[in-house]
Amino acid sequence: MTVMAETGTRRFALIGTPNSGKTALFNALTGSRQKVANYPGVTVERKSGALRTPSGRSVSLVDLPGTYSLRARSPDEEVTRDVVLGRLASETAPDLLVCVADATNLRLALRLVLELKSVGRPLLLVLNMIDIAKHRGVEIDIDKLSAELGVPVITAAAVRRGGTDELLRRLDEMAAGEMGTPAASAWQAPTTSELRAAQREADRIIKAAVKLPAKPDTLTTRLDAVLLHPVAGLVILLAILFVMFQAVFSWAQPAMDLIQSGFDGLGTLVQTWVPDGLVQSFLKDGVINGVGSVLVFLPQILILFLFILLLEDLGYMARAAFLMDRIMGGAGLHGRAFIPLLSSFACAIPGIMATRVIDNPRDRLTTILVAPLMTCSARIPVYTLIISAFIPNKEVWGFASLQGLVMFGLYTVGIVSALGVSFIAKQFFWRDTPTPPFMLELPDYKLPRPRSVLMGLYTRAKMFLQRAGTTIFSMMVLIWFLASFPRPPAGATEPAIDFSIAAWLGHLIEPLLAPVGFNWQISVALIPGMAAREVAVAALGTVYSIEGGKEAAEQIGQVLANKWTLATALAMLAWYVFAPQCASTLAVIKRETGSWKWMAVTFAYMLTLAYIAALITYNVAVALGAG
Amino acid sequence: MATNGHSNGHGPNGHAANGHNGGSAPAPLGHAPRGFSGRIETIVVAEGASDLPEGELERRLIELGFTEGAAVEILHEGAFGRDPIAVRINNATVALRRREAMAIFVI
Repeated sequence: MTVMAETGTRRFALIGTPNSGKTALFNALTGSRQKVANYPGVTVERKSGALRTPSGRSVSLVDLPGTYSLRARSPDEEVTRDVVLGRLASETAPDLLVCVADATNLRLALRLVLELKSVGRPLLLVLNMIDIAKHRGVEIDIDKLSAELGVPVITAAAVRRGGTDELLRRLDEMAAGEMGTPAASAWQAPTTSELRAAQREADRIIKAAVKLPAKPDTLTTRLDAVLLHPVAGLVILLAILFVMFQAVFSWAQPAMDLIQSGFDGLGTLVQTWVPDGLVQSFLKDGVINGVGSVLVFLPQILILFLFILLLEDLGYMARAAFLMDRIMGGAGLHGRAFIPLLSSFACAIPGIMATRVIDNPRDRLTTILVAPLMTCSARIPVYTLIISAFIPNKEVWGFASLQGLVMFGLYTVGIVSALGVSFIAKQFFWRDTPTPPFMLELPDYKLPRPRSVLMGLYTRAKMFLQRAGTTIFSMMVLIWFLASFPRPPAGATEPAIDFSIAAWLGHLIEPLLAPVGFNWQISVALIPGMAAREVAVAALGTVYSIEGGKEAAEQIGQVLANKWTLATALAMLAWYVFAPQCASTLAVIKRETGSWKWMAVTFAYMLTLAYIAALITYNVAVALGAG
Repeated sequence: MATNGHSNGHGPNGHAANGHNGGSAPAPLGHAPRGFSGRIETIVVAEGASDLPEGELERRLIELGFTEGAAVEILHEGAFGRDPIAVRINNATVALRRREAMAIFVI
């Protein structure tokens, strides 16, 4: 054993086609020792993790974006190519390429293996999901396959207990051995005839080493007969979305009530034990009220992500793209844009980052521009608050709640306007841009694994809490400060907030927002709301609670119901459908498009739409007597 | 480019039942109805049929497994204009639009 092997950490890279179960294998190998960052200069996610082999050797494992070929067509695939070829300045080439293949679907993976062989780096082929393959009657002669490919082959079942033991032992052996200095790569982008030849060779090897069952996966076939049915498929897709939003609204309620009463209790404690004055106000109005009013939405966000993760793991997302392709295409979007847009329901940031799967730059840009119109989870706090304060909680048609229906309506307006904006962009600005192809593998359905779903939920919850702890918390402190200083002169009879900077700022903007029915308190709340949408709720809470003094211990919803007209509430909802109130989203747009211009365009068009929508809503509502 | 004798031996067995005869001329998959099953004869991208750079559509089709001799079957089609289509190709399923499927000639 050399000194190098003792001390230096080996660097292995996972590479594979989409749907090969690569990420599940990565999760199984690294567990919670994962780090997600970005490759420098690009916005491609760099997922890496530490791996400890059975003999205690430490290996750093990087999960490369999925690809069918090194012939990169998107930023993600370029990263994969550059890492594999050692072209990335920030990263030394991996010591070992671990190519992951779905054992039930080897055809395209073996062609990739043949291409990777020409790179000239140590290579190991992992046949993942071997349990499913065996269950289906796929017989693979591992030794023969390895001999024909000239590459060591090992089997694994990432989601089974002990399913990666053999792989770990093998990785251990390889980490211990001498890996040699990387040779200069002979790889060149293959021509069509080379691609054909490679696929023929792959097919020949499959014929020699693999015995496939006569029938394909019958469960997937039977499910698809319904789920991809032209009519039933679309109806089911709509039903899934409907259930998703009803669930976000009703399932989360008990947990939200619990969190709310927890923070209320905390506020009461502070009020009892901390003497009246600035410190009490800071703790109660600024910290507890502020952070609490945002944290209370964690259950809803988790339920939404639960649905998205389940649908993704099930293999349904690609089907949704298939069903929506023509509808999206009519609006000038790519079928693949469906997945980024659906993720935008959770948050526009991962949604915008997910547009990297769209290889055509124009299509990608359109999707980025409209993604913030999809109703993200940060709008949920604002919607929930206003809906529960102003919309009566009654049943309609015997099964749906009116509040849930309004929520569904707001989501629909978001979707329709996203499609409308992209349609207009396509018609007026990008008329002559050609339509790129839509080609997508539809993976076999798989039962989602609780472990991987929980891991996904944990990551999201952590991200949300981090945000609540940093951005939102500091915004709340700022709002409290603005609303509390300068202090009112001694003997003043008006509420303290009337003397503050916040009131001054609010009154300054008020004339601009008066036509849409917003008072100065809303104007103040909208300022920090520019940083993050959900902050506006907390800001309103802080503003009204400082204004009301000690008596305003009542819940923010009741305060609004007393202080706002229905027309103002509806205008606020309309505003929130469109308003570009999220600094992080704008920052991501700038980063993803690489230009300030598209960030400015997004901000301007969304602000204009928000103002017009709120203006119309307010005036119509007032005319109908809701003023 | 002919691939006679190159059979995978594990495609959907429907093509036999479909009774296509070897004598019929290759037709584009883009025109085939749902339920069609057959084999790929050749991939030819007509001039102006794709907005991608030259050769790119052909490469992408090959990378998704559309190669001469492979067994194909149209499993599903979309609600509007019967587009896109879901194609069983050997042992996998791929969704694509009829426009691109025009480059795949099948018998």
